[in-house]
Amino acid sequence: MENYHADSDGFYGEFGGAFIPEMLYPNVDELKSRYVEIMESPEFQKEFHQLLREYVGRPTPLYFARRLSEKYGARIYLKREDLCHTGAHKVNNTIGQILMARKLGKKRIIAETGAGQHGVATATVCALMGLPCIVYMGEVDIARQAPNVARMKLLGAEVRPARSGSRTLKDATNEAIRDWINNPEDTHYIIGSVVGPHPYPDMVARFQAVISEEIQKQLLEKEGRDAPDYVIACVGGGSNAAGAYYHYLDRPEVGIIAVEAAGKGISTGESAATSALGTVGIIHGSKTLLMQTTDGQITEPYSISAGLDYPGIGPMHAHLFTSGRGEFHSVTDQQAMEAGKELAALEGIIPAIETAHAFAVLKQRTFNPEDILVFNLSGRGDKDLQTYIEHFNL
Amino acid sequence: MQIKENKKTDRIGVALKKEGPLLSIYFTAGYPHLEDTLPVLRELQKNGVDMIEIGLPFSDPLADGPTIQESSMAALKNGMTTHRLFDQLRDVRSEIHLPLILMGYFNPVLQFGVEAFCEKCREVGIDGLILPDLPLEIYQKQYRAIFEKYGLKMVFLITPQTSEARIRTIDRTSDAFIYMVSTASTTGAQQGFDPAAEDYFKRVSEMNLKNPQIVGFGISNAQTFGQATKHAKGAIIGSAFIKTLTAHGLSGISSFIKSVRP
Ligand SMILES: Cc1ncc(COP(=O)(O)O)c(C=O)c1O
Repeated sequence: MENYHADSDGFYGEFGGAFIPEMLYPNVDELKSRYVEIMESPEFQKEFHQLLREYVGRPTPLYFARRLSEKYGARIYLKREDLCHTGAHKVNNTIGQILMARKLGKKRIIAETGAGQHGVATATVCALMGLPCIVYMGEVDIARQAPNVARMKLLGAEVRPARSGSRTLKDATNEAIRDWINNPEDTHYIIGSVVGPHPYPDMVARFQAVISEEIQKQLLEKEGRDAPDYVIACVGGGSNAAGAYYHYLDRPEVGIIAVEAAGKGISTGESAATSALGTVGIIHGSKTLLMQTTDGQITEPYSISAGLDYPGIGPMHAHLFTSGRGEFHSVTDQQAMEAGKELAALEGIIPAIETAHAFAVLKQRTFNPEDILVFNLSGRGDKDLQTYIEHFNL
Repeated sequence: MQIKENKKTDRIGVALKKEGPLLSIYFTAGYPHLEDTLPVLRELQKNGVDMIEIGLPFSDPLADGPTIQESSMAALKNGMTTHRLFDQLRDVRSEIHLPLILMGYFNPVLQFGVEAFCEKCREVGIDGLILPDLPLEIYQKQYRAIFEKYGLKMVFLITPQTSEARIRTIDRTSDAFIYMVSTASTTGAQQGFDPAAEDYFKRVSEMNLKNPQIVGFGISNAQTFGQATKHAKGAIIGSAFIKTLTAHGLSGISSFIKSVRP
């Protein structure tokens, strides 16, 4: 049987690994040799789960969406990651990584952010632990995500503008990596998705795996079975999707559906649909699918949602795509906005625009009436209110 | 075909055996102007440098500081590509006899095709490669045989944080020189080296490695060049040289080289 988890060098099939300059080797190697042992220790598990319960508000509900189910003719459940503290799944990972950083004796935290969700989640856990926090954010994103910039500042983080390249998420990630190179002794880099060099994709996936662990238990209670027919999630880097799929990866009876941002359309040149437009290459230390020129220069993605505006996907997802294990869709800005509006109207839940992409899949394929679908509702739409206002002239 | 005598001449080895400190210059291909690659090479040779690293520009140079980031962006805007560079270098060996090393990130090489890239390197007379994000382990497992088949020498980096055991593995895997990154940092000029940096140069020099060491990152003038080459065989100047190109164009090369090594 195919294996959909990382091997000991961090490869998912041909994807993954750690393509890093020597300057990063000591830090990445330390993490690689210790992360599993630290994560699996009873002491770590106890602290991690206590914080998830009492601080993040887990378990998040698995909610049966009655009206959505009626409309689309399937049994649709929503995994409510939007109800996590700070408003998205991102905090599952930052809680895990801040505890990891503490175990490694690190005194300074850096992170990258696009929309600001991961930046806020990182600033939050740094405040919780009393550690200094520096968040790199593209100059362009700072301008378009002002409320999250303010939240990070209020939480005590320093937001440093990334002025290189196109001044968005990809460049913020470059700047965070450069910071790590320049601070090799005392700093931990909290990456915000299942991207970057091994062991990040596997470590972040394991922290997010609390999502599918809970789905199993909750679904068993509600439906008498622990697995749905389909798990559906949006994919930027792929962390909320990895968390929702995790315990189902090796169960072929569970369909895995990934939804990417098509932006203005796959063939418009303004898109972030990596599985459709990407080729194999190396981005941020990982061999994966990414959008690039034939000369190997990484190209700029576009999506209305800053959290999906990344030119690559994590190596786990590249492997799910090329092996055929995952079914990949892409959804335009317009389709995503409509799907977000529909969820608000039918269920009283305004999703993040990232998340709204996942729901648009209901219009792209059909399901059987008895099919059980679990959508990972990765985040809430408060941060996107301005975009909703402008899009629908509210 | 003009493989000529290239395969037999160990230009890097010859340069390393010369008396006195070795000066190597890094510059970004296609900068400041697309067609400046060869004129810069000529000017460097005329002014007596010992070795040259030609930078292949990349959109996301994550080990580089602002100067090389900017020169890379400018070169890409100028239209530089890997194919273009090989075209520019087609006849380089008819006039440049210095060791030439290509330095770049692995992704453009991967897109060109690793074997096709190596073949082109041999064809135009490239002696060695520095690909900082192709790590030692993956090189050994997947690519070493290809690079060796085309007679290309692979240069690996070490830093002040690299363990002694790892330095020895790198020494066993290389047969050119070891690129000693001066301080834990991205590329960029520094004012001077602190005693810890000099201790590190000395510590590595006393390890009796088979490969000579060349210091890079942070060398900018006669003082830092002198500090670096007190214990190491040579030093590489990149960002400071690119700043000269930015400010004075090719006409600044001669006085810059003289100011570093009078
Ligand atoms: C709510 C929400 N969902 C999804 C994403 C995309 O990231 P990932 O694919 O890692 O889950 C983001 C990123 O900012 C987000 O904020």
